[in-house]
Amino acid sequence: MSTPTLDKHSAALDAAENDASHLISVTFRIRRFNPEVAEDASWQDFQLEIDPKERVLDALHKIKWDQDGSLTFRRSCAHGICGSDAMRINGRNRLACKTLIKDINPEKPITVEAIKGLTVLKDLVVDMEPFFQAYRDVMPFLITTGNEPTRERRQSAEDRERFDDTTKCILCAACTTSCPVFWNDGQYFGPAAIVNAHRFIFDSRDEGGEQRLEILNDKDGVWRCRTTFNCTDACPRGIEVTKAIQEVKRALITRRF
Amino acid sequence: MKIHKYDTVIVGAGGAGMRAAIESTKRSRTAVLTKLYPTRSHTGAAQGGMAAALANVEEDNWEWHTFDTIKGGDYLVDQDAAEILAKEAIDSVLDLEKMGLPFNRTPDGTIDQRRFGGHSRNHGEAPVRRSCYASDRTGHMILQTLYQNCVKEGVEFFNEFYVLDLLLQDVDGVKKSAGVVAYELATGEIHVFQAKAIIFASGGTGKFFKVTSNAHTLTGDGQAAAYRRGLPLEDMEFFQFHPTGIWRMGILLTEGARGEGGILRNKDGERFMEKYAPVMKDLASRDVVSRSIYTEIREGRGCGPDGDHVYLDLTHLPPEQLDAKLPDITEFARTYLGIEPYTDPIPIQPTAHYAMGGIPTNVEGEVLADNTTVVPGLYAAGEVACVSVHGANRLGTNSLLDINVFGRRAGIAAAEYSATADFVELPEDPAKLVADQVERLRNSTGNERVAELRKELQECMDANVMVFRTEQTIKTAVEKIAELRERYRNVAIQDKGKRFNTDLLEAVELGNLLDLAEVMAVSALARKESRGGHYREDYPNRDDVNFMRHTMAYREVGADGSESIRLDYKPVVQTRYQPMERKY
Repeated sequence: MSTPTLDKHSAALDAAENDASHLISVTFRIRRFNPEVAEDASWQDFQLEIDPKERVLDALHKIKWDQDGSLTFRRSCAHGICGSDAMRINGRNRLACKTLIKDINPEKPITVEAIKGLTVLKDLVVDMEPFFQAYRDVMPFLITTGNEPTRERRQSAEDRERFDDTTKCILCAACTTSCPVFWNDGQYFGPAAIVNAHRFIFDSRDEGGEQRLEILNDKDGVWRCRTTFNCTDACPRGIEVTKAIQEVKRALITRRF
Repeated sequence: MKIHKYDTVIVGAGGAGMRAAIESTKRSRTAVLTKLYPTRSHTGAAQGGMAAALANVEEDNWEWHTFDTIKGGDYLVDQDAAEILAKEAIDSVLDLEKMGLPFNRTPDGTIDQRRFGGHSRNHGEAPVRRSCYASDRTGHMILQTLYQNCVKEGVEFFNEFYVLDLLLQDVDGVKKSAGVVAYELATGEIHVFQAKAIIFASGGTGKFFKVTSNAHTLTGDGQAAAYRRGLPLEDMEFFQFHPTGIWRMGILLTEGARGEGGILRNKDGERFMEKYAPVMKDLASRDVVSRSIYTEIREGRGCGPDGDHVYLDLTHLPPEQLDAKLPDITEFARTYLGIEPYTDPIPIQPTAHYAMGGIPTNVEGEVLADNTTVVPGLYAAGEVACVSVHGANRLGTNSLLDINVFGRRAGIAAAEYSATADFVELPEDPAKLVADQVERLRNSTGNERVAELRKELQECMDANVMVFRTEQTIKTAVEKIAELRERYRNVAIQDKGKRFNTDLLEAVELGNLLDLAEVMAVSALARKESRGGHYREDYPNRDDVNFMRHTMAYREVGADGSESIRLDYKPVVQTRYQPMERKY
């Protein structure tokens, strides 16, 4: 039998295993909009008792399930990989399912509103179509020429690593809708589309880099980026979005990628 | 009501649906209906990899993979289907690579492979490296790659269209599919899609459990629609409990963590899997590991103040290895538990993960109306379907494989069918059932609430039909579900609007969960043996004499309108593998 190794128990582990939930009282201040009911959006406060270790998404569910069934938001996986529930929480874009209540100062009202720059359709639900259109416009798929190999294309671990960061994107739109350029001009491709172009431009197997660079050389392309780093701060996947945009800009100048 | 006409309609845009769409769009006019956006589908949550005997890093072959799949499924697998799965796995992985999937690489640039539960060298000798992976986000990469290729092929999507009904018509004594009825979430409008061929690829139904790795949206919509129209559901008693969900939350922590060397430990720090599976240890099949965990907990060796979980220990692995191979799951531990997996073990418990059962199909993806009769024009693939390649217990990495192999097969078969078939005439007032259902829910003045009924259902399922079952617990579940179904008639919603009415949607989803929970419990009650994911403490042994057969559950409606479930059985297809005692 193997030797026990769990003699050390960190304080963090003790805290995680301590299930004695202490409920606290929190106010959620949510931006409501439903054109079936009223023309204008308005703030509505909800009070609830909740364990601060729970997610903002859990709080929204508690409100919807116990107080007001009409509160509307998108969600699916509830652990930060499907990208459904990007919203503005205390003025910052985050995924509701990756934000714990204790991490956002529950002593003051927590504000929740739809992400900015896309048309709000109801409460926290926005029209995602312009966002996905920009994504589709950068040709987000592997482009190759010549005959297909019978086995896999070879790629070194270093070449694979070159674009690893941008493969993590879940298309949640947190980056694009945190970008002041995008707020002012919805024609701008936005960070997420550029991230997804980057994912292919720097893939050693891809041969469509020049085409994508030309698309992004457009007046609504990468040159609109003002390097405010909002996108990098907003990304729930930890992608260095601004760096990726800079790399695309550099590739446009040097034509080396 | 709007009527649309397509050659092929695909319901669901996860891995199976999009893999099918890539094939069928090239061959026929295709529409894909999804209640989410394609990239939100739960394929994206899969982590560890996709099995294929590429033999890139060590000796392997598809025959060993076939054997492991059949043994893993406790011999309830249809062996002809398992052979197809293992054989076509190789091209399936290579196809994805050619579509652009960024697999991890070996030093010589080929696709890297790692160990996974139940996958072995030479019929159980030792673990083998068979899982092709992209970090611990293989499912994410598959979902993204398939969506990217759908964009490339110009696949037509109807996003946030929730399919609520399947239209079947009797044509000269043959039951044929005519179309589906969908509810458009944005507007509340009802749409009828007439199609020559229909593929259900709508995923699983794990949300009837409380602790589950499944998304909120996995509510068995496809299974329920087929079942309500008189089609059977196969092997619904077999549900997989993944050994390593985050304690209480159920969030999946990949088996790849153990494939990379992670170890399960009890409160004494003991590597307890050595006792239960001397050869494969922590990499035994999931049903075996989940039962072992609960045995440790029941015998007082669980961790924490209440002794209700065990640890997944990664602390002996180099941080660089965790960063490179398991970045997402280590981040989950940091985000949701506030612990550091470099130095702390992770509290875990089994989590409801995967439905082995579903809509019965043959190996071409054609849906069966009974043990042998095909429903012309109707197909199913992925978790919604039961081919059956997973039998009583699915091996890890075989589901990402299943969606690719059988998604592709269904896509080709459906498009070829719709190239020659005629449209089946729609029934009179095709949207009636859905329109009535929606109106009834919207206008209900009852006093029952969706959230309360769902909570009671989930707690009942966790308590009574999880890893350990007995006649008594299952009967408790059957009675409770009957009570909940009765109360569901009085369910009322608050949102009466048409625009993005997710309140209404959740009520419909609950109805589906209740129907399927009942089928599961009734099927489980009748199976008086233990096999794979179905473990009966009162019948702890496998009984090949009486139960080497698939369960087929049918909904019956009596003359007085009363509903009941009729169980029938279907033989297992056996080719070359004789059932043996299962040891790891």
